[in-house]
Amino acid sequence: MELSGAEIIAQFLKDEDVEYLFGYPGGAVLHIYDALLRADSVKHILVRHEQAATHAADGYARSTGRTGVALVTSGPGMTNAVTGIATAYLDSIPLVVLTGQVPTAVIGSDAFQEVDSVGISRPCVKHNFLVKDVKDLAETLKKAFYVASTGRPGPVVVDIPKNVTDPNIKIPYSHMASIDMRSYNPVTKGHPFQIKKALELMLNAKKPVFYTGGGVVLSNASASLRSLVQQLGFPITSTLMGLGAYPSSDEQFLGMLGMHGTYEANMAMHDTDVLIAVGARFDDRVTGHLEQFCPDAKIIHIDIDPSSISKTVQVDIPIVGDVDDVLTTMLELLKGSDSSSEAKGSDSSDGQALKDWWKQIKQWRKKNCLRYNKKTKSIKPQFVVEKLHEVTQGDAYITSDVGQHQMFTAQYYGFDEPRRWINSGGLGTMGFGLPAAMGVQLAHLDKTVACVTGEGSIQMNIQELATCMQYQLPIKIINLNNRYLGMVRQWQEFFYEGRYAMSYMDSIPDFVKLAESYGHVGMQIDQTSDVEDALKEAFAMKDKLVFIDFITNREENVYPMIATGKGQHEMELAPDSELV
Amino acid sequence: MRHIISILLENESGALSRVAGLFSARAYNIESLTVAPTEDPSLSRMTLVTSGSAEIIEQITKQLNKLIDVVKLNDLNVSHVQHLEREMMLIKVKAPVSARDEIMRLSGIFRGNIIDVTDDAYTVELTGTSDKLNAFIASFDCDSILETVRSGVMGIARGSSALHL
Repeated sequence: MELSGAEIIAQFLKDEDVEYLFGYPGGAVLHIYDALLRADSVKHILVRHEQAATHAADGYARSTGRTGVALVTSGPGMTNAVTGIATAYLDSIPLVVLTGQVPTAVIGSDAFQEVDSVGISRPCVKHNFLVKDVKDLAETLKKAFYVASTGRPGPVVVDIPKNVTDPNIKIPYSHMASIDMRSYNPVTKGHPFQIKKALELMLNAKKPVFYTGGGVVLSNASASLRSLVQQLGFPITSTLMGLGAYPSSDEQFLGMLGMHGTYEANMAMHDTDVLIAVGARFDDRVTGHLEQFCPDAKIIHIDIDPSSISKTVQVDIPIVGDVDDVLTTMLELLKGSDSSSEAKGSDSSDGQALKDWWKQIKQWRKKNCLRYNKKTKSIKPQFVVEKLHEVTQGDAYITSDVGQHQMFTAQYYGFDEPRRWINSGGLGTMGFGLPAAMGVQLAHLDKTVACVTGEGSIQMNIQELATCMQYQLPIKIINLNNRYLGMVRQWQEFFYEGRYAMSYMDSIPDFVKLAESYGHVGMQIDQTSDVEDALKEAFAMKDKLVFIDFITNREENVYPMIATGKGQHEMELAPDSELV
Repeated sequence: MRHIISILLENESGALSRVAGLFSARAYNIESLTVAPTEDPSLSRMTLVTSGSAEIIEQITKQLNKLIDVVKLNDLNVSHVQHLEREMMLIKVKAPVSARDEIMRLSGIFRGNIIDVTDDAYTVELTGTSDKLNAFIASFDCDSILETVRSGVMGIARGSSALHL
């Protein structure tokens, strides 16, 4: 088959079974767009801003486990996409971003819409390529997909100068089934000796706790994690990124840990003697003050990325490998050991210690740290999220933006399945929620998708309401509107003596009219008593995007909270006046 | 502690900037860095001198290994490895008639070669450890040095163990 560079791209995406291409045309990618139109290969989704292209591809990837693909033009197209690329990088999401570039002959001459895309993206990609010759194009694309999706996944940028896609230069093309790279051989299998050693330590633990992260989701290890945790009878907590990998509704789940984690999760972390970190990276929002992090614990760390191990916290038993592979091996070893036939919890050689540990945890749980006053007239954001769970029966795909609403959703939605909670954890990108929801909805056309956001975040990519109309995406937007940049305001209240520097939003649009102007349904709700009915009404509109603007309690704070520089056990709980 | 890290990397445009970018992005030290293609033109050999605690050096080697363009690397300053290191320097010094004997004598002591001679300046080529080059520089009066250029350190393990594919 003789194809031009542009045709190779179209054909390659088809051969890789890419379902959607999120993009925005421009000068440097015109040949590619022309080929896409004629090839009828992937479905192209025209976003309204390149940042949204990368977020939508990211949402698609997070909710399916497949590689998300975006196409943008050179210069501003590429720079607009950078925030989305960095977002995917920090959360290890497999993404291939094709960026147009000026022709090779003028690279370096400050040509129109030229930027050094490889240079700009280098610090926020897993790898990037500049294709200088059409002969290298197919192989480079194959490498990009391979690198993005294997090992610790991440975004890969392929920069393609316009002359490489010249329709008049045709070369033979055939699809490569696989590719080898001498400089890239990610580890998958954990070291058997390390796994055995870890298991021994676990079985002798008196106060063990599992601390699991996004790596469990990325590795599709939810099933093996559930089996292992249930067989061992250990408590488990999860990072923001790992929510859903273990069911929130299960008795052994302590809730999220970290800055806004539950009292019981953080106290268990502080007191544990054996910490089993699985696909988590000891982020500063999780550890709090490092000196006071898990002071008495031996630490086991399972991660596919060797550089994650002992990066901030020194660990005792590192296991480099694919999380699912390692957990499955642990399960096999447990099966082989004598005690496996006994009742739940008795795998631990010290069953009494484990019972005492659970007794202690139950004491902590009695604090009921996520309590809040539900009887207020003005709407509590927590209440909206709890009702959202009820109305969607906990079965929705939920995306979020960044701030208080994100924490409330993580705390109160109660995710029971992996890949249902789609949020920007590492980079903390406002504006992520709506475009990510588009990618999620396209990947799951018949499923319920909601974007929980705030009036600050939603305005960062509000233009995507047009994309949602064009492709008839019935996303439900839950706007928790407190007329403040809530998390900024909270920090200003706590740490700046209540000086609310620029955290108040003036001139907030009428979101109902705004949604309607794009052709969607808009609703505004300002009474607690109306929340449930409004949600029911909105979710009953299966084929419509509904924007519900909830006017919430203005100065609500996210609790519990570990202030920066404090230890895990130094949480601040909601003041009693807030509780009933 | 000072570490010499030998790296084989893909001889591709941008590979060097990935290494340099990693060091600046993660605030690691680079004391010197030298790179050139090997006998296999698809590979470059880089020698990088850095310093830091054991934990930092461990992170540096892990982060370097994570770069897709890095094919293989060795830390030459680990307990089971003995290594050789050399650095080359060209140094141009003022050479009035009165100083020429002393320059030639010093060059002899340090096993340097005088590779360029003019009416008023000599250029000396010198190879050795960084300490030796420093000592040579120190044996001159600052005012008499016109220019120095150093290659950065190159390192290699002793014996038959080798960094190759």
